[in-house]
Amino acid sequence: MKKAYEIVILSGKGGAGKTSITAAFASLAKNAVFTDCDVDAADLHLILLPEIYHNENFDSGSKAIIDNKKCTACGLCKDLCCFSAIDFLNDEPVIDEFACEGCGLCAIACPVGAITIENYENNHIYFADCRFGPMVYGKLGIAEENSGKLVSKIRQYAKETARTASTEYIITDGPPGIGCPVISSVTGADLVVAVTEPTLSGWHDLERLIEMIGRFQTPVKVIINKYDLNEDMANTIEKKLNDKGIEILGKSLMMRLWFMHFLKVKPSTNTNPMAHWQIK
Amino acid sequence: MKIAITSGKGGTGKTTVSTGLFQVLTKYMKYNVQLLDCDVEEPDCHIFIKASETAKYPVNIFKPEIDVEKCTFCGKCKAVCAFNAIVLLPTAHFIEVVGDMCHGCGACSYVCPQGAIVEKNEEIGQVTHFDYYARDEFIEGRMNVGNSLQTRVIRDTITHAKEKGIVLFDSPPGTSCPVVATVSKADYVVMVTEPTPFGLHDLKLMVETVKQLGKTHGIVVNKAGLNYKPLYDYIHQNKISLLGEIPFKKELAGAYSKGEIVAETSEEIKKIFVDIINKILNEKGV
Repeated sequence: MKKAYEIVILSGKGGAGKTSITAAFASLAKNAVFTDCDVDAADLHLILLPEIYHNENFDSGSKAIIDNKKCTACGLCKDLCCFSAIDFLNDEPVIDEFACEGCGLCAIACPVGAITIENYENNHIYFADCRFGPMVYGKLGIAEENSGKLVSKIRQYAKETARTASTEYIITDGPPGIGCPVISSVTGADLVVAVTEPTLSGWHDLERLIEMIGRFQTPVKVIINKYDLNEDMANTIEKKLNDKGIEILGKSLMMRLWFMHFLKVKPSTNTNPMAHWQIK
Repeated sequence: MKIAITSGKGGTGKTTVSTGLFQVLTKYMKYNVQLLDCDVEEPDCHIFIKASETAKYPVNIFKPEIDVEKCTFCGKCKAVCAFNAIVLLPTAHFIEVVGDMCHGCGACSYVCPQGAIVEKNEEIGQVTHFDYYARDEFIEGRMNVGNSLQTRVIRDTITHAKEKGIVLFDSPPGTSCPVVATVSKADYVVMVTEPTPFGLHDLKLMVETVKQLGKTHGIVVNKAGLNYKPLYDYIHQNKISLLGEIPFKKELAGAYSKGEIVAETSEEIKKIFVDIINKILNEKGV
């Protein structure tokens, strides 16, 4: 059977309108699985109001733990650590758990076996149903890591869900930025819809995003959100995108109305005739 | 004192607040101040702080290089690699490091019995210094496009912070490792939010993160005037300091879109930023 067509909605800059656009797509799509890969600050569920029927814990990284009784304070671990995560205070080892990446080199090297690596599972994946279809989304534990792995896992589950439910599309609300969780959400997707806003920073961030996506050879199309915020800037961005040969799917208004929709927590196309995009 | 400007949700106004505070501190309050752009994936402060570059430092990590002539394909390196960055097919005599997965920890070269793995420098980003008003500094961390080790670039950027005066960190959005790398090095955390259900939802996550890190903190409400009462109820019930509110006005968004510093659009707005700083300094007893 045909593989579901996977659309990822991204924007280098936060707050450009990824979630609103995803929700607008969701209310138009008849046959899709929805995922939220902005695992730091997943917000799509606030609009789609899914009912969770299953949740599972997921690897949130590992950290080194030193047994102070065994430690002889030789300092080898500190010298070897590339992340400057180990220090000694009065001959007692102290691990900066936020700097430790859990590589395990210290545990391998410790001559007295005083260091162990512990795994944590504080990230979550939720399986749910919302009024527009099935939804899979994740939530990173507070101050936890491995967002890239979590994103890959969510996408894998979304594909399985799409196969079981025989849906045509997977629509993903992606994370902001261009770092590891973004790369994880782009690799192997069929289309990236990049949402931007007509501001200098919106353009700066979009350019970096397009360059990043180009490395994965995923096709990219753009939506200029809030275009009336600065129409000159919107036109400039449109021209620059034309020069790059990137298609603009549509432009949408910044209106107080949108904010009012947010306040009522409704996807914007339910009542907003301005949102006219179709999923191509 | 180091102040991190954060927000769970992107686009709520971190950069508006950090560049505004920086401008007000340096130009009008004459403080000794430094701004560090720690949003290394999408560093935008330079769009508003128009300053001249004075120095640029590469951010390097170690990347292993395997000498296939010396390698016996024993698999020790693959076994210790916590990031699954080594592909090994012993029968085909094939071994390779997957650059994107490698965190540059050095474990593989440490365990290699043949000394077949050497560590080479790889540039993953830059830290750039800018001169501002011939006195204060603006420093930007920038990760190379295509890289995924944002946390390393952030940590390196923060080592450029000075010890004296006020240092502002413009943090990345979210609540995960890049944010923790920034916030854990600060003495005070300013959380910027907006009066919408999304703003409140992500603010709650940020408050949990900041509490877990044990940092004093306060809130700035941007785009104020949308009358979303649950946000104010939350702030009040949790007794979090409300440092200031920036109104939702199209003129401010317009100024921002052109790369103007929002804090300088009017006397009224400037005063909001001055008051925010005074509240923080009061709370910290500076």
